[in-house]
Amino acid sequence: MEGTDRMTPVLEIRGLRLAFGAREVLRGVDVRLEGGAFVALMGLSGAGKSSVLRAIVALEPFTAGTITVDGFTLRPGPVPRESQLRALRRKVGMVFQQHHLFEHLPARDNVTLALVHALGMEKAEAERRAMSLLDALAVSPRARALPRELSGGEAQRVAIARALATDPPLLLLDEPTASLDPARREELGGSLAALCRAGRTLLVTTHDVDFARHFAQQVIVLADGQVAEIGDPAAVLSRSSHPATQRLLQARPGSRAS
Amino acid sequence: MAQRSFSRRRSWRIPAAAVFLLSLAGVTWLLAAHLRSREPSHEPPVLRWGGDPEGGAPYVEADPRNPSVMRGFDVEVATAIAHGLGRQPQFIPVSWDAIDQSVRRGDFAIGMSGVEDTPARRATMLETIPYYEFTEVLTVRAADRGRFRTLADLRGRRIGTLGATMAYALLMKASGPDGFTTVSYDDDVHPYEDLKSGRLDAVVLDNIIAARSMRQVSGLYTQPVPLEVGHYVGVMAPGNEALRNRINAVLLARMRDGTLERIFKRWNVWNERQAVFEARLIRDGGHGTVAVGPSLPVHRGVLATVRRYLPALFAAAGITVVISCGAMALAILVGMLIAAGRIYGGRIVSAALLGYVELMRGTPVLLQLYVIYYGFASFIRLPAFWASLIGLGLNYAAYESEIYRGALEAVPKGQLEAARTLGLSEPQILRLVRGPQAFRLALPPMTNDFVSMLKDSSLVSVLTVVELTKQASIFAANSGSWVLPGVLCGAFYLALSLPLAHVARRLELRWKAPTA
Repeated sequence: MEGTDRMTPVLEIRGLRLAFGAREVLRGVDVRLEGGAFVALMGLSGAGKSSVLRAIVALEPFTAGTITVDGFTLRPGPVPRESQLRALRRKVGMVFQQHHLFEHLPARDNVTLALVHALGMEKAEAERRAMSLLDALAVSPRARALPRELSGGEAQRVAIARALATDPPLLLLDEPTASLDPARREELGGSLAALCRAGRTLLVTTHDVDFARHFAQQVIVLADGQVAEIGDPAAVLSRSSHPATQRLLQARPGSRAS
Repeated sequence: MAQRSFSRRRSWRIPAAAVFLLSLAGVTWLLAAHLRSREPSHEPPVLRWGGDPEGGAPYVEADPRNPSVMRGFDVEVATAIAHGLGRQPQFIPVSWDAIDQSVRRGDFAIGMSGVEDTPARRATMLETIPYYEFTEVLTVRAADRGRFRTLADLRGRRIGTLGATMAYALLMKASGPDGFTTVSYDDDVHPYEDLKSGRLDAVVLDNIIAARSMRQVSGLYTQPVPLEVGHYVGVMAPGNEALRNRINAVLLARMRDGTLERIFKRWNVWNERQAVFEARLIRDGGHGTVAVGPSLPVHRGVLATVRRYLPALFAAAGITVVISCGAMALAILVGMLIAAGRIYGGRIVSAALLGYVELMRGTPVLLQLYVIYYGFASFIRLPAFWASLIGLGLNYAAYESEIYRGALEAVPKGQLEAARTLGLSEPQILRLVRGPQAFRLALPPMTNDFVSMLKDSSLVSVLTVVELTKQASIFAANSGSWVLPGVLCGAFYLALSLPLAHVARRLELRWKAPTA
């Protein structure tokens, strides 16, 4: 069926509605990501960026719409049991804003855990793969360190390596720039661009306008639970007249955590 | 900084424990010496006498018609003594194995509750002349009466008795050549029940107890040939010779005028043996049967005594360790299952497990041990060792499960979500992420419980298991003093629990420290 053909959507979200009790956070969101795209999902704090990511990885139930990741479709209602999500887990990786590295395992074992236990890979092979991923992200010297011994930037790169371990076509990153200084932000952008060039599809939430303009191929601006604007970063982030985008631009250089 | 202060604290912990132990020993010795040298107290118009109401009829029991009134032949002999001294008797209830300590403390002037004349008691306490002669007899199942006539017939069998008694000492002495197992009980009713149910093949106890038990438990038979002859005496504190001599005079007078005979006949314990025994005592004026001279404690030397009891204490400490470790392993295993069931199970499973936890935490562990050993005996006859291990383990499982449940719930949600997005199944998440992280949180309270378990394991002596505390109390009963056994017993427990606490602290530190 569909592979990583550039014209086939790796992610397609249609009419996504999501509510926390009576408060509706997403009110009909439509997103379509082609293979190999690097898309920045932008918006002010509380716009629902993180909720979109959490819905895609089936951590949050939604009330209406569909989410299709590389042929696997999630429907409204309670989150399915983990046994029914196995196919989805192979298709999408998630890097949390707080990283959520497994605190009791060294960096390398954080990366090998899913390889050995979810994919059934040989331990030695999993370790080779983990080391090459950590190497590519320039954290292999920290492979034996526990998460609490890592700096914020190191922890983030280990978390990326962990999410990439099972080789999912789609990678989600929640606010990866939030706690990075400008130099680290550049490095991260470079690494993500390289992943994208290698065929990976990236959906990154951020409210860092410079980062999005610099590295993303496409920008989606969320406001009031809906897609306010979508398009080329240069166009959207320079000449937009949309009030939501205006507010986002005025908030610069705010790279606050949401 | 934290590391430094830690190692400093650790460096004086062991010397501090040693100083504490030494001062404990010192204070106890001083107190004991003080009590020994204390002048006899002034004589009150009442005679305070101590006895064990749990001993039951015909010794001392609460009158079923008025439980505040005691009755029994010991009660009547004590009353006769008090009246002979021109005083009123005042009864002080005391547990049987604490009579010597209690009389030494000055709780009462004389202890009378089937108190046996033994060499140890004679050496450390003051004894009256004997007022009753009993025999140690062998009771077997009626079906075995032809098979088990003497101890020699019981090679490889299990013989029960009351712990810390003459009968127990007799069995311990005989078990070497005859090769049977002696099972020590804390009471004199359960041995006969266990004999009937087949846990034991014989019971050796005083003829009075045997006769009473034969009336209560059917299908038993007592061999007519006594194994040994013993005497009941009143026990008093050293230094109280003047009162003791007056009591001896009263006892002899009551033998002469037939008062004791009437009392014993009333309680159906008079026999030909008493007639001969009393006649001999009256003829000798109380001399000749027991030492009535100055009863100064015999100092065998502390080291020699310690050396004599150390092997038994080591063996008993081994039992304590094995039962504690086994029960803790069971508690951890069952506790984990309960915690997992309460978190992952449905509403019914969860409610049932909560019920179990509340039941085990809300009732005394002693009661649970009794139920498992005696209550379940009709359908599953567990050996005492396994009943102890399982009883303690199942009780502690309730506490462990609460620790694990709290620890599992304390693992941050983000850790579980990250594991889920990686494609791990729920059981894998529990085993690989949630469980290991919870275990670290649970370790300190678990160590605490393990130390408690070491100490609570002393409770299993009620199921005839001779562990450390029981062995120390046997030692105390034999030597007539709790000072040395108490200090040794405490030292053993500390030697077990301090390293445990130390290891746990090390583990905690290692898991928190960098592994790189």
